Amino acid sequence: MDSIQPQEFLLLVPEIVLASAGMLLLLTGTLKTSNGYRLCAAISLAALALTAVLLLIQGIPGAPRVILSGMFIVDGYSFFWKLLFLVASAFTVLLSDRFLSDGGYRPAEFYSLILLATTGMLFMASGYSLLSIWISLELMALSSYILAGYFKHQTKSNEAALKYFILGALSSGILVYGISLLYGATGTIQLDELAAALPAALALETGSRLAAAGWLLLAMGLFFKVAAVPFHVWTPDVYEGAPTPVTVFLATASKAASFAILVRIFYQALPALAPDWQWITAAIAVVTMIWGNLAALTQTNVKRMLAYSSVAHAGYVLIGVLAATEDGLWAVLFYLFAYTFITIGTFGTVILLERKEYAGETYSDYAGLAQRSPFLAAMMLVFMLALTGIPPTGGFFGKIYLFAAAVESGWIWVAVVGVLTSAISLFYYIGIGVQMYLKESGDDTPSALHAPGLVGTIAVCAVITVLLGILPEPLVQFAKSSLVGLL
Amino acid sequence: MPQDHYPVLLALGLALALGVVMLMLSALMSRRMGGRVSLDTYESGEPLLDRSHKRISVLFFLIAIDFVVFDVEAAFLYPWALVIREGGWPLFWAMMVFVGLILVGFAYIWKKGGLDLRPERQKRSLRG
Repeated sequence: MDSIQPQEFLLLVPEIVLASAGMLLLLTGTLKTSNGYRLCAAISLAALALTAVLLLIQGIPGAPRVILSGMFIVDGYSFFWKLLFLVASAFTVLLSDRFLSDGGYRPAEFYSLILLATTGMLFMASGYSLLSIWISLELMALSSYILAGYFKHQTKSNEAALKYFILGALSSGILVYGISLLYGATGTIQLDELAAALPAALALETGSRLAAAGWLLLAMGLFFKVAAVPFHVWTPDVYEGAPTPVTVFLATASKAASFAILVRIFYQALPALAPDWQWITAAIAVVTMIWGNLAALTQTNVKRMLAYSSVAHAGYVLIGVLAATEDGLWAVLFYLFAYTFITIGTFGTVILLERKEYAGETYSDYAGLAQRSPFLAAMMLVFMLALTGIPPTGGFFGKIYLFAAAVESGWIWVAVVGVLTSAISLFYYIGIGVQMYLKESGDDTPSALHAPGLVGTIAVCAVITVLLGILPEPLVQFAKSSLVGLL
Repeated sequence: MPQDHYPVLLALGLALALGVVMLMLSALMSRRMGGRVSLDTYESGEPLLDRSHKRISVLFFLIAIDFVVFDVEAAFLYPWALVIREGGWPLFWAMMVFVGLILVGFAYIWKKGGLDLRPERQKRSLRG
């Protein structure tokens, strides 16, 4: 075993702080006076902010540093994702506040699980060995299963948690089986050593078979986590049944974290297999875009529609992954960054319109929203335009960059499918706009904007969405600079 | 070498064939007597004590989960105790961190009443 320098732990201080805060919150849950919704939210926001500050103090790492005997790596790529995860978690906390207190659900355990899941994501972004990546993934996934079933008196929430758990556990098993086969073929699980050992293994007959089975199973597990067709069946049920703030968390932070490890594993461990995984990813991306968008067309529940739309967006992001160029990669980072804010804003609006746990989620509930609440309707319209990819929003540039990277690297037909399916998505996104602006509403009760945290979150997300559509260049630069050392 | 494993394959095939043949023979040759008695669990007439598919107290699940907390800890403590001399202080502190994490879980269970395994109504009557 290589000797571990104590100062290597300093690079993991943000994660350690966040994990400790999560456990502290868990213990406050045992106190008699633990129904302080504000207090628990404040503690978790403070913990997330402290972690972000510690991360910023460390700064963007110049050269990648592999630490703890090759378990973790600290580089620009992990820095980018960690910031994104922390922001997404903070917004999730802001969205949850009213939701929990309305339903009378315990806040301490909820926020504790959010923090622990975020800790898992931070470790995922830094994972440099297949084992540490897998364990961090499990920390995130196990917390997510419980969060999906947090409305424990609601059958829908129970169903979501059970389906998520069973399919998630299965996919984790597939993932770890793939890892073990890759280990069998190459004798290592550290990403760079694996990449170095892979060509020699592929030259042997048994080695190439083991490696092929290994990486295919590994890819299956990862495609499940990012909800790509045909591994997406859990998504609509879980997104619909989970408490809406948890849905936000799954659709943004959790999805981005899964993409973070997918890209790192494909690019840093399996470059020798690049032609193979490019083809598989292309096929998956095309099927995902077509199926996600067509299925979203037929939905009547807004949360279900957004679930299928999130499946479709996973397909768009895969276009950038399969390009296997620097342009494709920073397009992936840009897209997921923009998508996170758009999705948080969208679901924030959905939460404000929900009345009691699951009511107010159908399209017809949005009828005449422009009269009842012009602010919310305008916000929702911005997010719908951004999800479609219409300028001036971040979604527009995100898609342009992805499709351009695919065209440059010769995957023109995939980009064409992307453009065509985006056109399909216009129907269902604008369908909500039609409901809000052109239909008459059944009831005239003006929607209350009584949750300042929620309204603020929505407004901030809308501003960022539009800003990214006008000034994409700073984020592009940030995404480009964080790829140093990855390729 | 694959051919080394042919005996295993043969044994597997034999076992499978034997099972299928036995089931088929008994299905073809046996005389069926319908009726309630032959559908009972014990055809000899021994009465059942209880149903097998019934609701089980969630406390058993709780015990199982509590057990996991302690068992995982113990599973790591044994090998740790064997190598602690070679590992020295860093290894000692590594285990202390791990035990600390377990203790957080333990404290949570304890304060939440997870170790109080009396049925719910008995607890209520004690409180009231």
